[in-house]
Amino acid sequence: MSLGIAFGAVIAGIVVWAMLVRKLSGRPWETNSAVVELGTYRQSEIPAAKIGLWTFLAVITSLFGLFISAYYMRMTHGHSALDSHTDWSSIPKPTVLWLNTAFLMGSSVAMQWARHAASQGNTRVMRSSLAIGGLLTLAFLLGQLAAWSQVHDSLCFSLRNPAVAFFYVLTAVHGAHLLGGIFVWGRTLQRIGNQRTALESRLTVELCSVYWHYLLLVWLVLFGLLLST
Amino acid sequence: MVAVPIADRDTEHVLHEPHSFVTKYIWSQDHKVIAIQYGVTAIAIGLVALVLSVLMRLQLGFPHAFSLIAPHDYYQYITMHGMIMVIYLLTALFLGGFGNYLIPLMCGARDMVFPYMNMLSYWVYLLAVLVLVAGFFIPGGPTGAGWTLYPPQAISAGTPGASWGILCMLASLAIFIVAFTMGGLNYVTTILQARCRGMTLMRMPLSVWGIFMATVLGLLAFPALFVSAIMMGLDALVGTSFFMPAMSSMGQPAVHNGGSPLLFQHLFWFFGHPEVYIVALPAFGIVSDLLSTHARRNIFGYRMMVWAILAIGCLSFVVWAHHMYVSGMNPYFGFFFAVTTLIIAVPTAIKVYNWVLTLWHGDIHLTVPMLFAIGFIFTFVNGGLTGLFLGNVTVDVPLSATYFVVAHFHMVMGVSPILVVFGAIYHWYPKITGRMFNETLGKVHFWLTFLGTYAIYLPMHYLGILGVPRRYYAYSNGIDFIPRSVQEVNAAITISAVFVAIVQLVFLFNVIWSLFKGPKADPNPWHATTLEWQTPDTPPKHGNWGPTLPVVYRWAYDYSVPGAPQDFIPQNVPPDDRIPAGREHGLKS
Repeated sequence: MSLGIAFGAVIAGIVVWAMLVRKLSGRPWETNSAVVELGTYRQSEIPAAKIGLWTFLAVITSLFGLFISAYYMRMTHGHSALDSHTDWSSIPKPTVLWLNTAFLMGSSVAMQWARHAASQGNTRVMRSSLAIGGLLTLAFLLGQLAAWSQVHDSLCFSLRNPAVAFFYVLTAVHGAHLLGGIFVWGRTLQRIGNQRTALESRLTVELCSVYWHYLLLVWLVLFGLLLST
Repeated sequence: MVAVPIADRDTEHVLHEPHSFVTKYIWSQDHKVIAIQYGVTAIAIGLVALVLSVLMRLQLGFPHAFSLIAPHDYYQYITMHGMIMVIYLLTALFLGGFGNYLIPLMCGARDMVFPYMNMLSYWVYLLAVLVLVAGFFIPGGPTGAGWTLYPPQAISAGTPGASWGILCMLASLAIFIVAFTMGGLNYVTTILQARCRGMTLMRMPLSVWGIFMATVLGLLAFPALFVSAIMMGLDALVGTSFFMPAMSSMGQPAVHNGGSPLLFQHLFWFFGHPEVYIVALPAFGIVSDLLSTHARRNIFGYRMMVWAILAIGCLSFVVWAHHMYVSGMNPYFGFFFAVTTLIIAVPTAIKVYNWVLTLWHGDIHLTVPMLFAIGFIFTFVNGGLTGLFLGNVTVDVPLSATYFVVAHFHMVMGVSPILVVFGAIYHWYPKITGRMFNETLGKVHFWLTFLGTYAIYLPMHYLGILGVPRRYYAYSNGIDFIPRSVQEVNAAITISAVFVAIVQLVFLFNVIWSLFKGPKADPNPWHATTLEWQTPDTPPKHGNWGPTLPVVYRWAYDYSVPGAPQDFIPQNVPPDDRIPAGREHGLKS
């Protein structure tokens, strides 16, 4: 697996490097006239908020990537106090997690639907699907609380068990990111309710949908991690 | 959906200039005010760290003279001094201070793209500083675990501040990272999306390149510190065992079981090494601009400088474990990290050569900023060369616990960037305040600081080679291999340190006195080419550029262009028959 990650990183590095070489090959001291290089504006046509969001998603990727690395390292490095065996004891996977995953998938679909409606200028559908997306996310968060409760009541519950501790930390950090999304969602709904038309809200809805899809992806990775260990 | 570039939408932009005192200077969304807020806060907390270092030196230089410094105080001072200097002073000042001030002005933007978030960034940073300082006033005082906060020591009984102090530190770091992320998103997006017409990426001044790459590093590396802060906080608060191994404390088994202290070290240094470059890259960029401007020469090898910044940024993520050689690791890993560490010296050396070649045949003006910039080159070369020693496993292992590391680290990461900070403050002071500082006081400040810091850190290398261990409160109890003369050297270092600390009052006096009594500054006193010197008002007003945004026609280094009427051509001057475009090295095709 580490070899696969290393190979992927090398390939990604080469691609980024090639793009940079193309981009940063200018010889500014030789450019004699070039009053305005229109080429500059190709990337500027992307709205700033979108660049900001994608940069934030890179930060989130780093955060969860590091949590996942720590998860694997703790699994293999930790030792019991009594012998050299690992102190990692897998937890029973709460069945409600499957339902929660369905909720989050549903919310992602609803957000995409809202985005499509916004692009069509259909305010009514946009508003309702946006509302459904948010409500399904709230259902996901409540479901996660139920999962917390199930793990708490299970026999293997002990804060000294790293599997338990990681389950709570990973789900809490992911949930905190969704709560941040819910805050923006609430503001977006309020604005739409006030005066904005679908076209004006298009960017906000689009950004919401990207954020939701990304957090769904993060959750699927985390869920896969929890199921496989 | 096609969005219109920010620079092309400028006519639609309505400037809401703040009028009340509160919106203008406190809850300000203007990048210049936020930069000054960041700068003043960072310098204020930096002065606290300076006082802590003086207290530590007093103890080391004159061990029996100051009974007020107990061993636990000493460890708390070490910890707070290190963390404050690296994170709360240097990172905040370079990115929050200079980044905020320079990015919009150098890129030709009216402000950051998310001004409200920018304002929040400062206030959350201030909260982080206050939580950190609160550590001094809580039971047990601040943490004394050392600035690397290694577990299990950091949260084990017996370590100063192991109960509340460490929690204050971890909470403060987590809050700082939130603040940095809000600021960092602004810096990256503004540089990518809000440059004025004609400001291509390869026409940007190197200061902006350095700040840009440092921000990217920060955004990707700070999460590692965030992860470790959360996990260590849980170990301390609720008894999880992420990092805490099974231990006995006072004969009783501790609550923890099986945690991995090495995991913390990996996470910490995955942040910690890029952190070196988060501080160094803005310094590299700024010093490039200072050298070029005050030597009246275009920067040598601009494109190579940009690539070196990118290469250093990428490589900084694959060298972290060279901080952990003494923790023990697979020899192949040690070999790998030693190789990557030596490779990173290549782009760094390219930058040093290019700085020196920029000065070659230049019309060098020994202004105060230039003195600091040249001082930086000397110091950085010194600190960098000792880094080559410590990058090798076999040399690092015997030297790691000695004063050699303290000397190396302070030369390369302490004195070097601080010299750039001073140079940059003197350089942009006329633009920020509209007044000139006192040149004589500036030169006095430079020479006394520069020579004084060498009197502090050069002898430390020799102490290290003698094997004098670092982190010790005192050496009086019969460490046989340490010669008696070491104490005399320590006393001399302490006298130098106190001297250098007092000299900083000259800087503070100059900056504050000139603010009120300094002569009015010319809008472009250094005859510089970059956009921040071409603003219609000095200091620039809200919105920076008056009714219309500037248009850029050339790169940032058209100095001493043959045939030009002056020895500089600002970036916003269009080429015509009289004013040609420049060529690298002053040659014209």
